[in-house]
Amino acid sequence: MKKVITKRNIMVALLVIAVYAALFFLVNMKVLNRHYRSLLAPVGINVILAVSLNLTVGFLGELNLGHGGFMSIGAYAGCLFTIYTDLPLAIQFPLALIIGGAVAAIFGILIGIPALRLQGDYLAIVTLAFGEIVRSVLTNMKVTGGAGGLKGIGKSTNYTIVYIVAIITILIISNLVKSRHGRGICSIRDNIIASESLGVNVIFHKLLAFVVAAFFAGMAGVLYGQNLGILKPDAFDFNKSIEILVMVVLGGMGNLTGSVIAAVVITLLPEILRGFSDYRMLAYAIVLITMMIWNANPRFAMVKNNVYSWLHRKRGNAR
Amino acid sequence: MAMLTVENLEVYYGVIKALKGISFEVREGEVIALIGANGAGKTTILHTVTGLLPAKSGSISFCGEELTKTPAHKIVSMGMAHVPEGRRIFQELTVLDNLKLGAFTRRDKEEINESLEKVYQRFERLKERKSQIAGTLSGGEQQMLALGRALMSRPKIILMDEPSMGLSPLYVSEIFHIIQEISQAGTTVLLVEQNAKKALSIADRAYVLETGKIVLSGDAKELMKDDSVKKAYLGEG
Ligand SMILES: Nc1ncnc2c1ncn2[C@@H]1O[C@H](COP(=O)(O)OP(=O)(O)OP(=O)(O)O)[C@@H](O)[C@H]1O
Ligand SMILES: [Mg+2]
Repeated sequence: MKKVITKRNIMVALLVIAVYAALFFLVNMKVLNRHYRSLLAPVGINVILAVSLNLTVGFLGELNLGHGGFMSIGAYAGCLFTIYTDLPLAIQFPLALIIGGAVAAIFGILIGIPALRLQGDYLAIVTLAFGEIVRSVLTNMKVTGGAGGLKGIGKSTNYTIVYIVAIITILIISNLVKSRHGRGICSIRDNIIASESLGVNVIFHKLLAFVVAAFFAGMAGVLYGQNLGILKPDAFDFNKSIEILVMVVLGGMGNLTGSVIAAVVITLLPEILRGFSDYRMLAYAIVLITMMIWNANPRFAMVKNNVYSWLHRKRGNAR
Repeated sequence: MAMLTVENLEVYYGVIKALKGISFEVREGEVIALIGANGAGKTTILHTVTGLLPAKSGSISFCGEELTKTPAHKIVSMGMAHVPEGRRIFQELTVLDNLKLGAFTRRDKEEINESLEKVYQRFERLKERKSQIAGTLSGGEQQMLALGRALMSRPKIILMDEPSMGLSPLYVSEIFHIIQEISQAGTTVLLVEQNAKKALSIADRAYVLETGKIVLSGDAKELMKDDSVKKAYLGEG
């Protein structure tokens, strides 16, 4: 049996409560003005998106350029469900989350099965096309309200709910990557021939990482719709997918804490530095290119390796 | 009874025929050496047997089961381990993670821990370095890790592709010593080697491969005396 009550888990639980208490204080004592309060939910939603995308891009090592597409599919599925059903909110809302996630996951399976069988950068191309196709379909469909957007969604979420869902997402994904299946996923990124020869079912594990990520992107989409009250296809364009990718790259591939921090920073930065938002996409491009050059630089890779092995050794000794 | 029987195996890379009808067998408890020049098709044989490459025709039977249609991930759980050419350890993962991945097809945590202890006993250096990132190990240590990782699946047979490649003479001797130990502990060994002298000296039987065909086979000690083998692979005569 694995021990649940360890020192580490208690620390994590305390941290989670402390952060929430701080937010609660800031909101209720009116320390934050309305504008900043309205940013709390988007920050949490982006945390969910970045952490889940890291599973595909960082841990599995496959480039996914259509995370925004999965988000939008989930958002529309979940929000349409709340519009067309009449259930008590306590049942309807969790159901909507699950439906949004499940529909996104189904699309993940549909495009993952053909794309992940191939080696190479096919997934990047397929997901890129997928995101654009989803957007244009949503723009042209009647039920989704077309380009004008889907209106009349009950605003049934708040920062507390988003916070809880984000914590659950982080817990599930961090446990997944530490599990046996998670080791399988990381081994594929590292050396696909070796992992195959050790009995890792490569296609299954690729699909697992990809579909779990799509599921959480779908849930994030539902939260997004329920927070804004309106969905527009253009909110989930290529730029959104790139924005999430920048969070993952900036926070560090395969580093969940990094993704959380980067998601918070990148969501808040344009709001704090007014005028920056005009140059946002330019800044993202620069960040991506710099990180790529850095990562490809052997000297930087060495520094990184040293830091990692130092960290590992420290953790190893602590055990 | 033969544990592994390969019959008339043909493998293509596109239109290039890499294996032109290979037949051989490995009996339980044996150490079999497979020698041959660069490009003869040794790695291709191992990759086909372990399911990494598809066979065009022929059959591979392992403990009575046909492998040519079995996916790679199932073959491992049947008791076959593969130490691939060029080590192919997981460079970015820790030594411990590498070893745990060796036991990927096994579920029982306690038994896995037992195997881990055994591997640590055999390779003490791996124990000292279990939290180290595997890519930072020395070449010899990486080869030890690749061997230890293969043992973690508790195989009936272990297929090794040039385990002595790129190692200093001292390490080469150590690796061959370990292979003998593995064999004595009851694991059958199929060994692909460039170092024909060492391979033949520890093998029971051997097969000589030339451009996709087996040209010679027999008792390892006899082959060591064979003139053509001496000339081509032992650098004598
Ligand atoms: N992926 C591939 N595509 C095309 N041809 C290949 C491929 N892999 C191997 N070959 C060819 O198949 C033949 C056998 O290669 P193989 O790797 O099995 O040789 P080997 O006996 O292991 O040689 P070495 O001792 O150098 O490792 C060679 O002629 C090689 O060029
Ligand atoms: Mg070879």
